[in-house]
Amino acid sequence: MALKIVKGSIDRMFDKNLQDLVRGIRNHKDDEAKYISTCIDEIKQELKQDNIAVKANAVCKLTYLQMLGYDVSWAAFNIVEVMSSSKFTYKRIGYLAASQCFHEGTDVIMLTTNQIRKDLSSPNQYDTGVALTGLSCFVTPDLARDLANDIMTLMSHTKPYIRKKAVLIMYKVFLKYPESLRPAFPRLKEKLEDPDPGVQSAAVNVICELARRNPKNYLSLAPLFFKLMTSSTNNWVLIKIIKLFGALTPLEPRLGKKLIEPLTNLIHSTSAMSLLYECVNTVIAVLISLSSGMPNHSASIQLCVQKLRILIEDSDQNLKYLGLLAMSKILKTHPKSVQSHKDLILQCLDDKDESIRLRALDLLYGMVSKKNLMEIVKKLMLHVDKAEGTTYRDELLTKIIDICSQSNFQYITNFEWYISILVELTRLEGTRHGHLIASQMLDVAIRVKAIRGFAVAQMATLLDNAHLLTGNTQRNGICEVLYAAAWICGEFSEHLEDPMQTLEAMLRPKVATLPGHIQAVYVQNAAKLFATVLRKHDGETESQAAQETSQLLIDRLPLFVQSANLEVQERASCILQLVKYIQKLQQKNVEVAEEVTALFAGELNPVAPKAQKKVPIPEGLDLDAWINEPPSESESEDEKPKAVFAKEEPKHSRSRHTEVDEKELARRREVRKQEQANNPFYIKASPSSQKVYDAPGVEHIPVVQIDLSVPLKVPGMPMSDQYLKLEVERRQKEKAERKKKEKKKKREKRGKERKADSGPESEEDITPAHQVDIVTEEMPENALPSDDDDKDPNDPHKALDIDLDKPLADSEKLPVRTHRPEALKSPAEDRDSESVPQETKKKSGKEKKKDKEKDRKRSKEEKKKKKKHKEVEEELLESQPEEAVQSEETKEAAAPPTSTSAEEVTAPSSAAAAVDTSSAAAPESEPDEPKDTEPEDTKSSKHKKKKQKKEKEEKEKKKKKRHHHHHQHHSDAGGEDSVQNGTVEEEEPLPPMSNYSLLAENSYIKMMKEDADQVYDIQGNHQDESKVVVSVIFENKSDSFLKSMEFNVLDSLNSKLQRPEGAGAHDSLTVPFQLPPGVSNEARFVFSVQSIIMPQKLKGTLTFIVKSDESSTHEKLDFKLHFTCTSYLITTPCYSDAYAKLLESGDLKGSSLRLEGINMPFHHLLARICFHHHFSVVERIDSCASMYSRSIQGHHVCLLVKTSDQTVSIDAKCDEPSLLGNVLDEIKQTFSKC
Amino acid sequence: MIKAILIFNNHGKPRLSKFYEHYTEDTEQQIIRETFHLVSKRDENICNFLEGGLLIGGSDNKLIYRHYATLYFVFCVDSSESELGILDLIQVFVETLDKCFENVCELDLIFHVDKVHNILAEMVMGGMVLETNMSEIITQVEAQGKMEKSEAGIAGAPARAVSAVKNMNLPEMPKNINIGDISIKVPNLPSFK
Repeated sequence: MALKIVKGSIDRMFDKNLQDLVRGIRNHKDDEAKYISTCIDEIKQELKQDNIAVKANAVCKLTYLQMLGYDVSWAAFNIVEVMSSSKFTYKRIGYLAASQCFHEGTDVIMLTTNQIRKDLSSPNQYDTGVALTGLSCFVTPDLARDLANDIMTLMSHTKPYIRKKAVLIMYKVFLKYPESLRPAFPRLKEKLEDPDPGVQSAAVNVICELARRNPKNYLSLAPLFFKLMTSSTNNWVLIKIIKLFGALTPLEPRLGKKLIEPLTNLIHSTSAMSLLYECVNTVIAVLISLSSGMPNHSASIQLCVQKLRILIEDSDQNLKYLGLLAMSKILKTHPKSVQSHKDLILQCLDDKDESIRLRALDLLYGMVSKKNLMEIVKKLMLHVDKAEGTTYRDELLTKIIDICSQSNFQYITNFEWYISILVELTRLEGTRHGHLIASQMLDVAIRVKAIRGFAVAQMATLLDNAHLLTGNTQRNGICEVLYAAAWICGEFSEHLEDPMQTLEAMLRPKVATLPGHIQAVYVQNAAKLFATVLRKHDGETESQAAQETSQLLIDRLPLFVQSANLEVQERASCILQLVKYIQKLQQKNVEVAEEVTALFAGELNPVAPKAQKKVPIPEGLDLDAWINEPPSESESEDEKPKAVFAKEEPKHSRSRHTEVDEKELARRREVRKQEQANNPFYIKASPSSQKVYDAPGVEHIPVVQIDLSVPLKVPGMPMSDQYLKLEVERRQKEKAERKKKEKKKKREKRGKERKADSGPESEEDITPAHQVDIVTEEMPENALPSDDDDKDPNDPHKALDIDLDKPLADSEKLPVRTHRPEALKSPAEDRDSESVPQETKKKSGKEKKKDKEKDRKRSKEEKKKKKKHKEVEEELLESQPEEAVQSEETKEAAAPPTSTSAEEVTAPSSAAAAVDTSSAAAPESEPDEPKDTEPEDTKSSKHKKKKQKKEKEEKEKKKKKRHHHHHQHHSDAGGEDSVQNGTVEEEEPLPPMSNYSLLAENSYIKMMKEDADQVYDIQGNHQDESKVVVSVIFENKSDSFLKSMEFNVLDSLNSKLQRPEGAGAHDSLTVPFQLPPGVSNEARFVFSVQSIIMPQKLKGTLTFIVKSDESSTHEKLDFKLHFTCTSYLITTPCYSDAYAKLLESGDLKGSSLRLEGINMPFHHLLARICFHHHFSVVERIDSCASMYSRSIQGHHVCLLVKTSDQTVSIDAKCDEPSLLGNVLDEIKQTFSKC
Repeated sequence: MIKAILIFNNHGKPRLSKFYEHYTEDTEQQIIRETFHLVSKRDENICNFLEGGLLIGGSDNKLIYRHYATLYFVFCVDSSESELGILDLIQVFVETLDKCFENVCELDLIFHVDKVHNILAEMVMGGMVLETNMSEIITQVEAQGKMEKSEAGIAGAPARAVSAVKNMNLPEMPKNINIGDISIKVPNLPSFK
């Protein structure tokens, strides 16, 4: 053995370790990839070796390669191997690798469940710690479900190191397995008051994370947090709590009132900037929530703003940044208090730090007014020119547009100025926001009627200079503005001075290089311009100009007819044919202008973006109903390719005009008009008709006379600066006029009303340069007021929106692992499931029904409870914090299930054990009050499984049968005492089966042993030794208190009780709990077993002290532990083909067994074999079934079970004859007792 | 929640990457590259916050970073974390590294990335801050180191000897490349216990 180790480590010397790998990579800078691929080959070789040290080394290197971007998922299984090493060094390497590369899609992750569980209950706290850390990175819903209970137990571990990790990981468990939240929450809440500050901080952390997503469920914790806030000195905890309050206050304004004072105190007292900042933030949140209804907290606001100003003025850029960030929150509700710091914020725009500039920009958005808009935008335009890097410049651009267009252009007094700004922005090269500018241009031109003339002139100039914008069409997003320009020029062509020139500009050959959707607009609007030109020259006989225009179109359009873009092609060819026809008419001197203009008659109105969605569904219309019968599957598949074409249509297409002759067009138009007249959802063109359909929400700002004091046109490309100057002049003039008037007024009504308006002019005083009709967007009638819920349906936190105040129902508990295939964990964890006596199980059927009823009732109860809670909270909020906490406790006491908490007891070998407060000795508890008498998680997954089975059976056959069922399936473990009469089952086809057999009993205590021992073998230790876990339930039957229980077993050569390190071979183990009267609890003991082919019996003694009020006595109970061969079998599924191969292989030796007088249905029989002897059914045909199981040391056991007339014959095969013989004997015994 | 912790050097070479959400290796590399790109072009003496780690998470997220000599320490966090708190956490992390490696330098991180991971695991777990008290962190790290040593025992001795020999003929292992001004001004948050 020692030689092997030495040899192994000598081998290792020549392997590359991580440092060698890193060094090698650094030495191969030129051919790094090649070097790494040879390394990976080496690693693959190393992973094939048996030596775990070599494997761990390989995995360690893989972790490094993973960081460099290499996929190492192929080694997932090896990682699991290293994780399961018994040495901490390797285990840690394994877990680190797993945490770096495992995820939900990793299939081997399901193999880790038992290993992790084992590590969680390891006596070494660092094993547990490393497992928790790893698990936190790769926990999956399955792992979360299977391990939730184990982790919850760890939350009460004796070591704070484990406790804090366990608490923290619960958050991940909740996310993956939301059902665990309610059962685990009471304990989590307890941890808020853990003596260890680390644990406390972890609990605060988890609850804050939870509450951030679903704050309303955590309102009831407010008093507790309030107490923590006033008592804690840990800044981390304080910050978290204060952040949490920030999330809670919007839901409960009264909480805010309470908070203001302590928070203000903290702001004054703390020296920690981070804390100060969070306090300010939360105060702001409070003030926002209070802003309606509360008289004035101007003092607090002033304090905040003042503190923030200090932050912003600080030389530390981080503080400056955060100051601005918080300022923007105040801005939303108290813009006035921020606006006074405009100087500071404008100053920040010049900061060299981009983050700070961006924050300052955000603030500007809320600071603009009619007065300062132009000035601010001017400043921003300067920045646009200076800006390096497109990201920041684009950000500026969007901000300028946002600022100007906010709340329906509220602050714009001069739209000409705005259009010129937009036009100036088009000079930006390489911006991504061309479409944004375009949509603004369209928006303004359509909605502000007075500006159209000006806009059209500007757009015409743009079109004329299009070559400036389209330097590089592919990259340049700015050419999008041409889309808008062309459309505006076409649609409002009546304002054009020289439509012919614009038309010419739109038909230049270079246009063909523009993106398709823009070309399409060009072509369409060329036709509009054509109509305008024709009308202009209407009446002139033999108009040369009109004919020239036609010719121009006929010459230029063929270019577009050849376009690769379908939309362009189609439009161009339609219009080309139309123009050709018109040309013919022109040559015959027919008046066509009227008809051509009619093509584009009518006006477009803006429609609100959500209008379509808000059209109410008419009564009687079912959108989900099929109009026709749904087509069959195959047809729909055939149709799919068609959809491809539909997709290709460009988005920006206006409704197309079909090519038909004039008459037909006229007829159709007429029909359409008719239709539109009858259609209430069609938005009418003329404003007059709109008044008829006075839809709610559509308000028209009356058109006011244009103030001619400002010239409407600036020749050439506009400079927005000019407008600024003009505007200032205009305002001064206005002011002067107003003053004159005021003076007059003052003279008239002296002293009666004194306006304190002498200072800077107020908002209202500034009249727009020319009042404009801002057409609001139209909405359909009866628009639904509903607004969309913006919650992301994929948000994992949605599932955690759970009412936590509701008392726990029976059905809510963490799944406890089933007893069989899994590995060791701390004794306490199974307390709940296995400690329930049979009688309660019997009830489970009834209970289930009840649960359903409860569910139905729950909603009602919930409402009531919520009401109650509100009342409670109200009280709490009014009362002092201390009192609040008290009432919190009483509340808890009122809901006992939530308080079945754990008392901590140390177990010598494994972990902490939680004492189950539920009374197993009082099994006949009132069925009416299951909530109160049962522990929160009595129902284990095992029970559930069984129930499911039962239900299934019930469906199959509704037989009424009585079964006498013996719970004792072992020969004679406890002498006569051991035979315990089973319960009489009524109307339950499949009797409940228990794994517990009586071990020994006296007047004080009853010991029950689980028949199906937990079995696992240690990986790496291979065949030579296996471990068996025996769980024993201790039940106190007396009226006295039992303590100092010690469990001891006389070891045999083959089987030994595992004792903690340092203990002698005959030392006894302390049972890690004490038993109050009537209470039962479970402890687990680990045995190591060498050979498993024979059953074993071990003699043992339990000593304990019985303590009653008067006296205490020392008592002793002897017992015999019986290890059956069955207990070494693990239920292992087997596929029928693998099974057949196994039988064919010929390695197995046969044996058979005949049972007479078996009076039970075949499926019961199979179920019994499966349950008691750990087999799984491979195949079942009528009254014949093949079954399989595997021993912990890898022996295959195959059974063929046949039945006819109360006779059951079992043919069995196994590669170990004596094991098989013993198993068959045990099966025989099982059935002989029936 | 902390979404990711990255350490890379002035040239963008990753020295440690810890993602608390799953991404493919390619995406991870892309995130590292992009983060490096964002962070590296920022001057010293400007704020340590960057909005929009474009690849991770979305608008709720922030990059909070510190630059020490040749290394960038970048934390990607969401809005539930306090910005200044995380800055301090980075400081605690670096100081802890400094204690554990005795004058930490980039080479320590290059050759002992596993150890760095282990130290980090004592501070941040699954994206949540586990411990901020430096002495507590060091105690736990050292206790685990001791365990490792005792496990290696006699069997580990030859391997250690070999690696010592391997290191001996390496002129390129300069120790004491100090990470420079570790005492970048921290907004004072003194009571971090």
